Amino acid sequence: MDLLEFARGPAMQWALILLVLGTCWRIAGIVFLKRKPDLSEPRSHGQMAGALRTIFSRSVPARAFRSRVLYSNLLGYTFHIGLAIVVFAYQPHILWFESILGFQWPALPNAVISVAAVVTLFSLVALLVKRLTSPVLRLISNFDDYFSWAVTVAPLVTGLMAVADVGFGLRYETLLAVHLLSVWLLFAWLPFGKLGHAFLVFLSRGTTGALFARRGART
Amino acid sequence: MSTADLDQKHPLDLESARIGVRKPEQRYDVQGDTPDEARVHAAMVNFVKDFGATAATYMESCIHCGQCAEACHFYVQTEDPRYTPIWKLEPFKQAYKREAGPFSLVYRLLGLKKKVTTAELKEWQELIYDSCTMCGRCTMICPMGIDIATLVGQARHGMFQAGIVPHELWSVAERAQREGSPLGATPSVFEERVEWMGDEHEVEMFIDKDKADVVLTMSSIEIQKYPESMAAIAKVMNHLGIDWTFRTDGYEATNFGLLSGNTAWQRDMSRKIVDAAKQCGAHTVILPECGHAYGALRWQAANLLGEKLPFRVLHVSEFLAEQVNSGRLKLRKVDKSATFHDPCQVSRRGGATQAPRDVLKALGVELREMENAGDYNWCCGGGGGVITIHRADPLRYKTFEIKMAQIDKTGAEVLLTSCSNCRQNFDDSQAHFHWDKTMHSLLELVADNLVEH
Ligand code: HEM
Ligand code: SF4
Ligand code: SF4
Repeated sequence: MDLLEFARGPAMQWALILLVLGTCWRIAGIVFLKRKPDLSEPRSHGQMAGALRTIFSRSVPARAFRSRVLYSNLLGYTFHIGLAIVVFAYQPHILWFESILGFQWPALPNAVISVAAVVTLFSLVALLVKRLTSPVLRLISNFDDYFSWAVTVAPLVTGLMAVADVGFGLRYETLLAVHLLSVWLLFAWLPFGKLGHAFLVFLSRGTTGALFARRGART
Repeated sequence: MSTADLDQKHPLDLESARIGVRKPEQRYDVQGDTPDEARVHAAMVNFVKDFGATAATYMESCIHCGQCAEACHFYVQTEDPRYTPIWKLEPFKQAYKREAGPFSLVYRLLGLKKKVTTAELKEWQELIYDSCTMCGRCTMICPMGIDIATLVGQARHGMFQAGIVPHELWSVAERAQREGSPLGATPSVFEERVEWMGDEHEVEMFIDKDKADVVLTMSSIEIQKYPESMAAIAKVMNHLGIDWTFRTDGYEATNFGLLSGNTAWQRDMSRKIVDAAKQCGAHTVILPECGHAYGALRWQAANLLGEKLPFRVLHVSEFLAEQVNSGRLKLRKVDKSATFHDPCQVSRRGGATQAPRDVLKALGVELREMENAGDYNWCCGGGGGVITIHRADPLRYKTFEIKMAQIDKTGAEVLLTSCSNCRQNFDDSQAHFHWDKTMHSLLELVADNLVEH
């Protein structure tokens, strides 16, 4: 079995298994903890509505804070949207999704994908620079933050290298295999560290949204 | 430190602008003589004790984006990264990941998270007590919606059981548990002062009635420093013809059990009011102009006591708003401009943001709101017990500069709030800065402007 076969076979299977099981384990480890009924008299019963509202509304910082977090929010948006475009709108990726899900959707032109990938990469680099230079971020960051950053950047870099076929002497097949392995690493890591925010964000915003709605307070 | 000589060691100071324990000559910020190892254990056990799904969700969700710092007055005014809200929980976050989270086994086996030490907890005392008012402004900015203020409250549970509480906060809490009031407003002192105010303001006072529709409570800050507010609320109640009473077995609404982190004391303090109200068959308990008293009785008491409360709990501003909105309470117009400082626990964290504004409208004042007033209001910096801690004074004054700038900018003639703890922080800071503005009570303004039938 050569590297590409390994990447397309067992490596992928293990990565997907870790992705799914890890996600389930982490969510279950939280939501099945005891949840005491709240006996205080609610001001409002719109808790579901409150949860949903906060899940959406917290995507944009409140006006009171906007100027103070503008830069990090712009970078954050740029790289998340860019990443989504690269992951979900590139023809070869869509074919892979089809092999797993059984259906496909239209792709964006390759030129658009390349631009998105480069912009995403730059915004991720800018976020790293910010993490390394801001005293607050330097203090609160740990291994998870830097590792998750690297694991997110790796597929972008290896993907761009494969597309441009600049492998410093490596064959295209090897480049592709390395790209696939870097994606599987992202999948395998996603549930365990901070990247878990991709699913935790709904739980956590929803929790606060429901709690505050019960008190009739704004979130 | 034994409690017998508490009065000698922690004499009260009821004269200065900020009342409380006199500045200690020697600080005792660690209580008892528990060995270090046991302290950490007690802290962590009590931190995770009431760890439900909610707290676990928050602990798992932080993405270390650092945005919470930008909402916290302690960080914004000092730019000291240690005051980043989520950093204040760092030892507890570590302990959670190591001992309780879904991957705790992995963390322990691989030694990925170090065991928290007593030295670290002592270092964090300043972050968990001196530099957090539990105002919840950070909760509003966090992109993951993490309610950091609640987590700080839980961390205090751990700190109290570990015996690592700031000197003054521990001693006022202990006094409150022993005497029924943190500031010497014992039942007999309370009764005396109620009668004194009744005579002084010629208003009929009711105390210890067997039956009453409404039980009124007070905060010790009001009893000792702003006693006029007792006359003010009595005047309003009598004017409305409501059947009310004070109760010497349940009058103290401040809850230093909550602020210091002792849940058992918090429960005892709430129970007094609940029992008193039950005994006289009250359908409503009115909380005074005090922020955390509202959080304690309105949102937490039922859960601590394990029963639904058989009466309504209203903050006095909510009560006044109800009376004004239903047309029962008519007020004279006050022809002035005013600005209103939102007490965090009543507005942002209590959901009663609109109530004082309805009252102000009925008073006909020209309301000049501060920037971000209401749910995004800047905390005054004195809540959460911070104002009792002398070593936190420089930090507290620093954060107060935000408030002064905001208020000066409105150009309003009258400053109003609905929290006596905020008010005493304003008084103390006014003296410190030789500022020309004085904070007033919304309730007292209402009482001064009743329209006689
Ligand atoms: C529903 C999906 C998602 C939502 C709502 C979401 C939301 C967020 C938010 C609000 C931030 C904070 C941005 C800031 O610092 O200003 C963030 C950071 C981040 N997200 Fe996501 N995210 C999602 C999915 C993902 C996925 C799938 C990945 C990776 C593969 C990812 C990778 C990252 C990384 C690496 C950061 C940290 C950047 C840094 O500050 O170093 N996110 N996300
Ligand atoms: S609750 Fe208030 S004081 Fe405490 S960390 Fe958050 S913003 Fe700062
Ligand atoms: S704002 Fe929220 S997610 Fe970001 S560092 Fe603070 S607590 Fe963590």
